[in-house]
Amino acid sequence: MLRTGTIGGRPVRFSWVDAVVILFVFSLLYVIVRLGSGMGVPFSPGEGPQISLDWRMLPYYAGRSLLRMFIALGLSLIFTFIYGRFAALHARAERIMIPLLDILQSVPVLGFLSVTVTAFLALFPHRLLGAEFAAIFAIFTGQVWNMTFGFYHAVSTIPRELREAAAIQRFDGFTRFTRLELPHGMISLVWNGMMSFGGGWFFLAASESISVLGQNIQLPGLGSFMAKAMTEGDIPALLEAIVAMVIVIVLVDQLFWRPLVAWSQKFKMELSNAQDPPRSWFLDLLRRSKVSAWIARHIFGAAYRALDRAILHTVMARRQATREQRGKGVVRRALAWALTSVIAIGAAYYAWIGVNEIAALGWADLGQAVLLGMFTLLRVMASTLIALVWTIPVGVAIGTNPRASRIAQPVVQILASFPANMFFPLIALLYLHLHVNFELGAIPLMMLGTQWYILFNVIAGAQAIPNDLKEAAKVLRLRGWERWKTLILPCIFPYVITGCITASGGAWNASIIAELVHWQSTTLTASGLGAYITETTARGDWPRIILGIVIMALLVTLVNRFVWRPLYQLADRRYRIEVSGR
Amino acid sequence: MAALLELRHITKRYDAPGEQQVSVLQDIDLTVEEGEFVAILGPSGSGKSTLLRIIAGLVRASSGEVRYRGQPIKDTNPGVSMVFQSFALFPWLTVLENVELGLRYKPLSEEEKRQRALDVIDMIGLDGFEGAYPRELSGGMRQRVGLGRALVMEPDILLMDEPFSALDVLTAENLRRDLLELWLERKIPTKSIIMVTHGIEEAVYMADRAVVLSRDPATVIADIHIGLPHWRERKEEAFTRLVDRIYSILTHSREAHQKTLITASGAQRRYVVLPPVQAGALTGFLELLDDLEIKSDLYKLADEIMFDLDELLPIVEAAQLLGFATVSQGDISLTEVGKRFAAANVLERKEIFRAQLHERLPIFERIRWVLESKRNRRMPREFFLEVIRKNVGTEEAESQLDTIIDWARYSELFAYDESTKVLYLEDDDEAAHA
Repeated sequence: MLRTGTIGGRPVRFSWVDAVVILFVFSLLYVIVRLGSGMGVPFSPGEGPQISLDWRMLPYYAGRSLLRMFIALGLSLIFTFIYGRFAALHARAERIMIPLLDILQSVPVLGFLSVTVTAFLALFPHRLLGAEFAAIFAIFTGQVWNMTFGFYHAVSTIPRELREAAAIQRFDGFTRFTRLELPHGMISLVWNGMMSFGGGWFFLAASESISVLGQNIQLPGLGSFMAKAMTEGDIPALLEAIVAMVIVIVLVDQLFWRPLVAWSQKFKMELSNAQDPPRSWFLDLLRRSKVSAWIARHIFGAAYRALDRAILHTVMARRQATREQRGKGVVRRALAWALTSVIAIGAAYYAWIGVNEIAALGWADLGQAVLLGMFTLLRVMASTLIALVWTIPVGVAIGTNPRASRIAQPVVQILASFPANMFFPLIALLYLHLHVNFELGAIPLMMLGTQWYILFNVIAGAQAIPNDLKEAAKVLRLRGWERWKTLILPCIFPYVITGCITASGGAWNASIIAELVHWQSTTLTASGLGAYITETTARGDWPRIILGIVIMALLVTLVNRFVWRPLYQLADRRYRIEVSGR
Repeated sequence: MAALLELRHITKRYDAPGEQQVSVLQDIDLTVEEGEFVAILGPSGSGKSTLLRIIAGLVRASSGEVRYRGQPIKDTNPGVSMVFQSFALFPWLTVLENVELGLRYKPLSEEEKRQRALDVIDMIGLDGFEGAYPRELSGGMRQRVGLGRALVMEPDILLMDEPFSALDVLTAENLRRDLLELWLERKIPTKSIIMVTHGIEEAVYMADRAVVLSRDPATVIADIHIGLPHWRERKEEAFTRLVDRIYSILTHSREAHQKTLITASGAQRRYVVLPPVQAGALTGFLELLDDLEIKSDLYKLADEIMFDLDELLPIVEAAQLLGFATVSQGDISLTEVGKRFAAANVLERKEIFRAQLHERLPIFERIRWVLESKRNRRMPREFFLEVIRKNVGTEEAESQLDTIIDWARYSELFAYDESTKVLYLEDDDEAAHA
C-alpha cells in the first residue's frame, strides 16, 4: 500500500542522485554541528569577535546567518502551533488572543531589538549566546505573527462536517492535530513561512550588528560582514557580500521552499486535481532517489510512527482511567485559572511600571514623540504611494506578458527577500555627494525594501485578469484610460491593497534604521519616530524607548484599522473576482 | 431490555441573544429498536439534520435525553458512526488511511487493523483503490469510502445525513442498492440505520419506517410503518400510494401551518418563514403550470420536468404562500391571481406580486413602513436582520433576509445596495427632479 520510492509505478535504481543526496545530508549534519559550536564562544561586552573581511570566510558567515534564520523559523512554528491552535479552539481565549496578536503584529520589531538584546545579555552574561538569542528573537518576532494568523485562520475554517467526522471518531488532541488541523493548515503554513522567511533577512541584517547601551555587538554572519565592509568603505568586500547573500537566498528558495510548496499541494482541500500545480526540480529529484525515500521512510517515518504509537498508547490508557475515576477536570480548571491570573498579574505589573516611567516624562516629550510619529507616518505613506506610481504600470506590463512574468517573478521574489538595509550606507554616501536633503532622502530608503511586495502583487493581479473580461474589453473597444479604469485597475485592486498593507508595515519597521544612517564617521538623521527610537536606544534612555515604541505601535494599529482594513474590505466585497464553475 | 436508542422530549432552541428563544425541535420522542431502518423526513429547514446530530452527540439538546441501550449519553454517542452529505473525507489521506482511522482506538494490533480496513474496502467495492486519494475518485466512490469508514467502526447504529443527495441519479441508485444489500443480507453487524433524507421515494424504497417532521418548530407528525417486502418496485401501486400518502402528510402540514398563520396574521402579524426560492424560479414555475392548464399531480410533474420532488417543494410552498396556487391531495392548480399573474406582462406581474406580498406577508409591509418613515429612506440590513433573528434564529435569519430582498427587488417594493448593506426606497420623485 505504501508506495514510496516510485513515480508512476516505475521502480527506481540507485543512481548518482543518491550520491548527491548522501553528500547533502552529511554536509547538512556537519554544518549544523560546526556552526552550533560557534554559538557558545565566550564574549565580554566591549570586545566582540572580530569580523574578517576575507571572502573565504563568507560561506561560514552565511552558514551562521542561515542557522539563525532556521532556528527562528523552528521557534515560529512551535509558537504558531500552540498559539494559533489554542485561539482557534477556545472561543473565550480567542476573544483576547486574536486582538492581542493584531497589536503584537504592529509592534515595530526593530524598536524592540534594543530591549531584547539587553535582556538576553543580562541572561547570558559574558557569552555571545545572549546576543545570539537576541538576534534570533528579532527574526522570530519578524516571522511569527503572520504564520500564527495564517494557521489560526486555517484551523478555524475547517469545514463543519470534517470537524464532526473527527468528533464522531473520538479523536484525541494529537490525532486531531496531525490528521486534521496540521494538514488543513499546511498550504497556508508553508506559504506564510516562505514569505516570512524572506522578510526575515531584513531583520537578520539589522540584528547581527547592533549598538546598544554604548556597546557595539557583532555576531559572525553575513549582516555583520556587510556592516563592517560599510564602515571600512571596502567596496569589493561589499560586492562579495551581496553576491553571497543572493546565492544564499536563491539556494534556500530552490532547495527548501520550492520543494515544500510543491509538496504541500497534496494538502489541497479541493477534491479535484489542479490545472497547473507548482513544481520543484529538487523535490522531483528527491522523489526519484532511493536514498531519500529510505530516509523518509525508515528515519522520519519510523520516528513519526513511534511517536504516534506512543501517544496513542497514553491516550488509550488515560481513557481507560478516566472511565474509572473522574474529577481531574477540577484540577485542570484550577490550573488554568492560576496560570491565567499569573499572566494577568504579571502583565498588569509591567504595564504599571511602563506607564509610570512614561508618565515621568511629561507632556512635552509625549507631544514631541507624536509629532515625530506624524513625520514618519507621512514618509511611510509617501514611500507606499511612490512605489505604487512605478509598480502599477511596470507590474501590469509584466503580468500581462506570460514570458516576462515567468522571468520576472523569481527575480522580484529575491529582490523582496534581499535585506535592503545593507544598501543604506551606500545610498547615504550618494546623498552626501549630491547634498540631498535627508528629510526627504529617507523616503527612498524605506521604499527600497518594501516596493517589491507591491510589484509582486501587481504582477499576480495582472496575471489573474480573466480572459473573457479582456476579450470583452477588446470587443467594446476600450482603450487607454478607459481600459485602465474599467478593466485593469478594478481587477488588480485587491492585489494592490494586499501589497500595500505588507509594504507599509515593512516601511514602519524600516523607518527605525532608515531615518538614521551612518557612513564611516558621518551620520545622517531625518526627524522622525524611527530616528527617535534609534537615538534613545543608543543612549539607553529607557522611558523614551518605551514611549517611542508605544507611539509607533499605536500609529501602526490606527492606520491599519482606519485606512487599510476598510480598503481591504472594500476590495474583498466589490472587486474580488469569484472563479465560479470550473 | 432497553431499546437500542431512545429520544425523550428532545427540544432544541437557538438562543437569539437577549431575545425570545427560537425552537427548532420541539418535544421529540422516538424509540428505535434493533433491526430497524428508520428514515427521517421533513421539509427543508425542519431541523432533521440537527436531530441526527443530537442523536450522535455532536450537538447538545436544550432539554430532553438521548439514551443508548438505556444509558443517557453525555458526549459523543458511543454506539454510532456517521455518513455525511459532503462525505467529509480527509483529502490528504488515502482510501486505506481514511478507513483505518475509524479503527484508531480499537484494541487491535496494527496488522489486524490493516486487515479489517482492507476487508471493509473490499466489501464496499473499492478493491484496488486502497492507495488512491479522495480527489482521484468520483463522487460515488468517495461516498463509498465515507460508508466504509463508518462501517469499519462496527457501530450499532449507522447514522446517515442525506448520504445520496450530493450524487447524480444513477450513482445514487447504485449505492442505495449496494447499501441495502449489505443491510438486508446481514453482511454488516450494524443493528440499526437512521437516515435523514428529503427524498420521499428514497425513504419508501429503503426504510422500514418513515418518521415525518413538521416545521417551525419540528415535531413528529407521522410515524409510518413501511411493510413492503424488499426489493421494492417504484412503479408498483402500493409503493406509489405510500409515497402519495407521505407527500400529502407533508403538504397537509404545510397547509395547516399556513392556515394558522393566515388566521393569526390579522390579529397578531406573526412572521411567516419564507422558503428559499428566487422570484425568477417562482415565475418560471407559474408559467409552466399555466401552460399545462390542468390540475397536475405534483409527483408526476416533478418527474416530468426532471426535478427532484424535494427541489420542487420549496417552490410550491412559495406559490402557495403568495396565493398563486393551491395544493390539495397532491394535486396543484393555479388560483385566479396565479392565472392572472402568468398571463400578465413584466410590469403587471411586478404589480401583482407586490400586491400579494402586501396582503399575505406582513414583514414586507413592515420593512416598507420603516423605510418610509425614515427621512433619508434608508436602513441598514443589520437592523432588519435583528428583527428576523427574533423570529427564526441566527442561523436562518441571513437566508430569510436574502429571500425577502430578492422578492422585494423583483417587485420593486424596495431596493438594496450590497456594497453598503443598506435597504432603501428608490425615490422616483427625486430622480425626476434631478
